[in-house]
Amino acid sequence: MTSVEPVIRCESVYKIFGANAEKMLKDANGNVDAKIFQEAGCIVGVNNASFDVSRGEMLVVMGLSGSGKSTLLRCASRLTDATSGKIYIDGQDLLSLKNKELIELRRNKMGMVFQSFALLPHKTVLENIAFPLQIKGIKTKDSVSKAMEMVKLVGLDGRENYFPRELSGGQQQRVGIARSLAVEPDIWFLDEPFSALDPLIRKEMQDEFLRLQSSLKKTILFVTHDFDEALKLADRIAIMKDGIIEQLDTPANIVLNPATEYVRKFTQEVPREKVLKIEAVMDPVADEQNLSDFKVSKDAIIETVAEKILDQEKSVPVIDSNQQVVGIIKPSKVIHVVFGNSE
Amino acid sequence: MEFINKHPKLFQWLLLLLTFFGLIFAIDVPEGYKFIRAEAEHVIVEGQSTYSFLGISVSYTYFNFLWRLPPWLGWFPIWINDVLYFFLNDWWKIDFWDSDLGDYRTRPFMLHVTRFISSTLLFFIEFIREIFIGGVKTVVAFTSWDWIDANPWAEFRGIPWTIVTAGAAILGYKLAGRGLAIFAAVTMIYISVFGQWEPSMQTLSFILVAAPVSFILGLSLGVWAYKSKKVETALSPILMVMQTMPQYAYLVPVMVLFGIGDHAGAIATIVVATPPMILLTVLGLRAVSPEIIDAGKMSGCNDFQLMLKVLIPTAKRDILIGVNQVIMVCLSMAVISSFIGAKGLGWNLLLALNRLNIGAALEAGVCITLIAVILDKLSLAWANKQTDYFTNLNFFQRYKYGLIFAGTVIIGLILAYFGSFYFKEGFNYLFEVPHNKGISNEDFWNRGVDWIWDTFFYPLKVFNTWLIVDVLQPMRAAFLRMPVVATFVLVMGAGYIIGGLRSALIVGGFTLFIALTEWWDRALVTAYMATCGVIVSSIIGVTVGTVCSQNNYSSKFILGVCDTFQTFPSFVYLIPVMMLFGVTDTAVLIAVVVYATIPATRYTVEGLRSIPPSLHDAAAMSGVTALQRLIKIDFPLAFPHIMLGINQTVVFALFMVIIGAFIGTEDLGQYILKALSDRQGAGKGLILGICVAFIGLIVDNLIRTYAEKRKKELGFN
Repeated sequence: MTSVEPVIRCESVYKIFGANAEKMLKDANGNVDAKIFQEAGCIVGVNNASFDVSRGEMLVVMGLSGSGKSTLLRCASRLTDATSGKIYIDGQDLLSLKNKELIELRRNKMGMVFQSFALLPHKTVLENIAFPLQIKGIKTKDSVSKAMEMVKLVGLDGRENYFPRELSGGQQQRVGIARSLAVEPDIWFLDEPFSALDPLIRKEMQDEFLRLQSSLKKTILFVTHDFDEALKLADRIAIMKDGIIEQLDTPANIVLNPATEYVRKFTQEVPREKVLKIEAVMDPVADEQNLSDFKVSKDAIIETVAEKILDQEKSVPVIDSNQQVVGIIKPSKVIHVVFGNSE
Repeated sequence: MEFINKHPKLFQWLLLLLTFFGLIFAIDVPEGYKFIRAEAEHVIVEGQSTYSFLGISVSYTYFNFLWRLPPWLGWFPIWINDVLYFFLNDWWKIDFWDSDLGDYRTRPFMLHVTRFISSTLLFFIEFIREIFIGGVKTVVAFTSWDWIDANPWAEFRGIPWTIVTAGAAILGYKLAGRGLAIFAAVTMIYISVFGQWEPSMQTLSFILVAAPVSFILGLSLGVWAYKSKKVETALSPILMVMQTMPQYAYLVPVMVLFGIGDHAGAIATIVVATPPMILLTVLGLRAVSPEIIDAGKMSGCNDFQLMLKVLIPTAKRDILIGVNQVIMVCLSMAVISSFIGAKGLGWNLLLALNRLNIGAALEAGVCITLIAVILDKLSLAWANKQTDYFTNLNFFQRYKYGLIFAGTVIIGLILAYFGSFYFKEGFNYLFEVPHNKGISNEDFWNRGVDWIWDTFFYPLKVFNTWLIVDVLQPMRAAFLRMPVVATFVLVMGAGYIIGGLRSALIVGGFTLFIALTEWWDRALVTAYMATCGVIVSSIIGVTVGTVCSQNNYSSKFILGVCDTFQTFPSFVYLIPVMMLFGVTDTAVLIAVVVYATIPATRYTVEGLRSIPPSLHDAAAMSGVTALQRLIKIDFPLAFPHIMLGINQTVVFALFMVIIGAFIGTEDLGQYILKALSDRQGAGKGLILGICVAFIGLIVDNLIRTYAEKRKKELGFN
């Protein structure tokens, strides 16, 4: 295939829990109704999920508890076997891998961060981070020096000999992150990594995470129940409900064009100026002459530039990264975005 | 009517008690019923009934069915015995090479297997023993007696005690620092100076084999049960019975299968020590959070690595408690297994108790306890040891402890060598202080006992007589006066009220088994002893626990006391009570009370301390007094946990009652001891043990069902 082949590709993945799940799924013929399944004693975890994640992209799966988002992640990492469907990792059919190949894949290509940190209580920070390396059979000396690099990367130097129980939640999750990165995986799974943290620490960790990702450029599947977090981090968001992906799109499009009533409920409360980029609300260039001297980048979040735009009398030109004018934005438009209803 | 509707349970209980007592008074004691039926079951006399089953004829005295059931399971122990003998002597004879004879011999397969196990264990025990106190058997095992006669230099004389002591101290220092080092050294010096070196090392060598084997066996079976549901379902009922079976009961079957000696003792110990290890392993592994397992898998662990590097270390806390239990069981079995020939301190303790030489018994008991504490602390410290990756050590630093030990070996040897000149006559005290040649405080203790007897003879005697005549005898008579029907009504009724039909059938089944053996009367006596003990222990334990749980310091203190008492091998409890009360039921009862109070106290403290502080705050804001808080909040909430403590109390009490048979009681334990010298003892010992286990399990089932139901109602999980 071509070079744009996605790193993670899921094609109609189903995960149904229960004794005779496979038979029921076959009989349902692709038309899975959670209620009917539940009466038969089966619980639908993931219902016909299809998506791609391309290299360096961050896909955030958002949903409330019981929506099947974590199950989807566990299917993609094959911590559980999907009931049916295809999952490809770098073009490799994940579900057909033998146990040994799966272990090989995990040792080299995958890293995962867990909600409750899942650190080994009997190992120090350093030993925890070095653990995946030692499992691979790397010599103690090399694995320890690599782990020490990771400790520095997440800013825990000086605490490498602490035990997990001696660290705060945020610090523990830093260890979790460092551990998942120790083998330098291509694919990074994060299962509600910041949900167990205090709001302030959570924000700090999100910023830290963005900083890391900007330099590491991993392919990421990130699960959260926090819509704001999804908006803040995601390249694209998949919103899940009852195992079904309701909408999969960029944050801006989700806020502007919610596909279903369910998605709309989330977007209603969202302050759009905090989410949308100028690009999403700009108008095409009409009058080249009548523009202000002040220019805004198309990637700027509206909130960050709103005040300056409102200060202008004329329309403000919007530029791309090459300083080319790609559109304009009127101050009245900003007022409309900030105070207008969502229609 | 309204009252009944309001308290349906209370009404049910009242009705049950009414029926129970009604039955007792309605059914008369049949004529000719005598309590002590001794062994008359096997002698046919006039008026007796007999029946034959599987070719085994059982004779018994027939009474009214309502009064006593006939022993329809009377054939069972004999049958077990016959089966055992068949497998051991007649089944599947195979040829094997006998290296001693230099020829082929024929031997039944089972015998071959058991002899192989015996000789392997014995080899390791001898090996360790000879390191400590010298001997030639290990060398001979690799060469021959002729060779050793020709080369007397190869006769290993054992390590001087000075070196072992220094080694223990160094080990203690390495694992846990100065405190443990000093403790280890003082203990070893004590043991040596008091002339208990040889028996102590014998006991130690036996434990150093039995404990690791139990640990490995328990851990592997636990892992297996964790991985396979089938194995777990198969194991759990066996383990349940084994855990409540008195330790005596294993002795006869082991003796029949493996003979007599240190190896047999070690096997009995392993059999007793493995079940708790299995249970704690499974418990620990189950408690590992699924996310940690996922994390291990995502780190790329294969199944083996996942178990060894993730699951087992994460479950370390529970597994360590298991190790602790193994060591405790080993030490307490060190005494009990000397009934079937294990040498060492336990043997001396038994001999001393038999001769009523309290001083000597106390000396041996102290040594056993000290060894228990040391091993316990060393194993804990070893498990908590952590490695340091960054210090850059040179050769000497890295092998510091090894080098120091090598140094002490040399110094010790030189000392022992010079000692051989200094102590020309008699014994080289720098090499080994021989048994009975050390300082002894035996006389001191014996004089103490005499003094106590002389001084307090009258009050002790009065107390003793009062207890036996006015309390114990009537209690025993009351228990024996229970018609079997009334017992069933009581037990099954309680089961029904607490846990519904299922519970009723389970406890009924247990009771039926006991009722159909020929030892129903003995079981009643056991139940009476245990009941007395449990009542007193519970009152003391709950009271002390409640008082002590009122603040942090006293809670910690009392839990520490419980820990210490639990370290004592169970047999040691018999020493002081025999010292004070001689060979009487009172002595047994007091030992039972002391021993069984431990869990009652511990669980009370734990239960009361685990009540969430927010509830206390809420109570304080509602303006309750301390007493109101205790009665209205603390007790109801802690009650399920306290009940679990009472459950443990029952198990502990039963254990001690059976061990008390050594002093001389008339219960099941006495018969288990008798089985040791009975040709058909293996089957009898087992069935008697199972009877005791079933008594325990009846109570266990009732209390556990109740506690779990109550916990669910309270919303704990």
